Amino acid sequence: MHNILTIAKKELRSYFLSSIAYVVFAMFLLLAGYFFTVILLYTQEASLQGAAYNIVITLLFLIPLLTMKSFAEERRQGTLELLMTKPVTDLEVALGKFFAAAGMYLIMLLSTVVYVFILIKYGNPDMGPIYSAYIGLILVGFAFIALGVFASTLTENQIVAAVIGFAMILLLWVLSWASSQFTGNMAEIISYLSLSGHYDNFVKGVIDLKDVVYYLSFIIFWLFVTVKSIEVRRWK
Amino acid sequence: MIKVENLTKSYANFKALDGVSFEVQKGEIIGFLGPNGAGKTTTMRILTGFFPPTSGKVEIDGFDIFNDSIEVRKRIGYLPENTPLYQDMEVYAFLRYMAELKDVEPEKKNQHIKNIMKRCGIEHMKNEIISRLSKGYKQRVGLAQALIGDPKVLILDEPTIGLDPKQIIEIRNLIKELGKEKTIILSTHILPEVAVTCTRVIIINEGKIVAEDTPDNLENKVSGVAKVIVTVRGGSPDLIKSRLEGVQGVSNVTVLKNHAGFTDLSIQSEKDVDVRDKVSSIIVQNNWGLIEMHRETLGLEEIFLKLTKKG
Repeated sequence: MHNILTIAKKELRSYFLSSIAYVVFAMFLLLAGYFFTVILLYTQEASLQGAAYNIVITLLFLIPLLTMKSFAEERRQGTLELLMTKPVTDLEVALGKFFAAAGMYLIMLLSTVVYVFILIKYGNPDMGPIYSAYIGLILVGFAFIALGVFASTLTENQIVAAVIGFAMILLLWVLSWASSQFTGNMAEIISYLSLSGHYDNFVKGVIDLKDVVYYLSFIIFWLFVTVKSIEVRRWK
Repeated sequence: MIKVENLTKSYANFKALDGVSFEVQKGEIIGFLGPNGAGKTTTMRILTGFFPPTSGKVEIDGFDIFNDSIEVRKRIGYLPENTPLYQDMEVYAFLRYMAELKDVEPEKKNQHIKNIMKRCGIEHMKNEIISRLSKGYKQRVGLAQALIGDPKVLILDEPTIGLDPKQIIEIRNLIKELGKEKTIILSTHILPEVAVTCTRVIIINEGKIVAEDTPDNLENKVSGVAKVIVTVRGGSPDLIKSRLEGVQGVSNVTVLKNHAGFTDLSIQSEKDVDVRDKVSSIIVQNNWGLIEMHRETLGLEEIFLKLTKKG
């Protein structure tokens, strides 16, 4: 267990040593701030609803930029050989990398709490939907991160990792569009699998157990696939 | 300490290792020699648990590399080929990370790292970013990292590559010192180094072990017969040759060169017989000048080349 934290700490520190983390952070704040401001001025409503949707869209491409270096960089530098010959399991490595990216993401999210204070100061927002929106954002973000980390295990090239990650996240996000092409069970399955479908409730203020289970299973599934992906490279 | 049984490693289109077996006792320093692509790095990667063999068994300190991979990795220090390091970290931070992964006790961690840095001569570099270090220092950091956790077994893949002669000597001495407490396998191309630091040599070629012995035995075995080369002043080549052939223990004499009164001859002696005393006596007795005499045995380099000829 403590290996996971050791790896996560080191990876998190390494984010702040590179320029990519700062750039992603800055871009995120820029976009999130823009959405928040524009929507607030337009709707005159003390709510995070509109902003919450748009922020997730920015995550579609920002999170792959964070996760791209998780494994790709190690492989390219050759340090994966160093890491994997230490007494740590593949699972510990995968979780360590995941938690580092998740930690980075949480720091980014934390900085948006400023918007909430603005709403509270100038309006009378309904806090329920705000809490649930953040929970939704956390779950969706972690889901994207799990996919991004997996994508990073597939290649030595960070850019390719980012592109694959982005493509997978996008595909699963818009999967619900395809459900209109099918009927009955098929339509329901596709609709269920779509990442975006489960986000709506959180934004509306509803924390449905079904949606939480979906995201947690999603995260666990892709972390599992990530560990397998590392293992397979050993066996080749 | 280390038992390797019948290791094979096959890839889609070729066999990297074909039935490699050897044993290493505690406290030995094994020199792993072989041309590029022979299978040295592959063997080391299997020993350290980086990837599994296609078939075969490896046991280190009683633990099986496949079933108890983590236990094995706790007991080894590994310096991979090309010395990969986290370029963005400071030396001390990097070593501390390695120490944490190796479960070094927190109270002793700091002192442990300091001692290792001192031993590797990188104490003054503790706050340097690794990407800024010269190749020699990067190599030392790589070696230091392998020493973290005080492992019983060290597996070093080309530990002196890219170092200048002075640094090579320093690392060599360090390895010899470490060899007193630990079991070491190192791979190298630098043959004189092997003769000096290693207690035993394993030569591998095309995935198979072709020789395994102490450096001295290897030299004697493979070089076969020892030769003595003499330069004599005076006398005629034929006379010198016939007199020398009469010396007890001499099996064959060949005239190599004759010029301006000097004759070079190559004297083959019977196995394990040192004919130098008698040869010098005969030459002096005949009132010839013994200008030069030296013994020629196959060095490790030639042995290596001989054993690793393709096919």
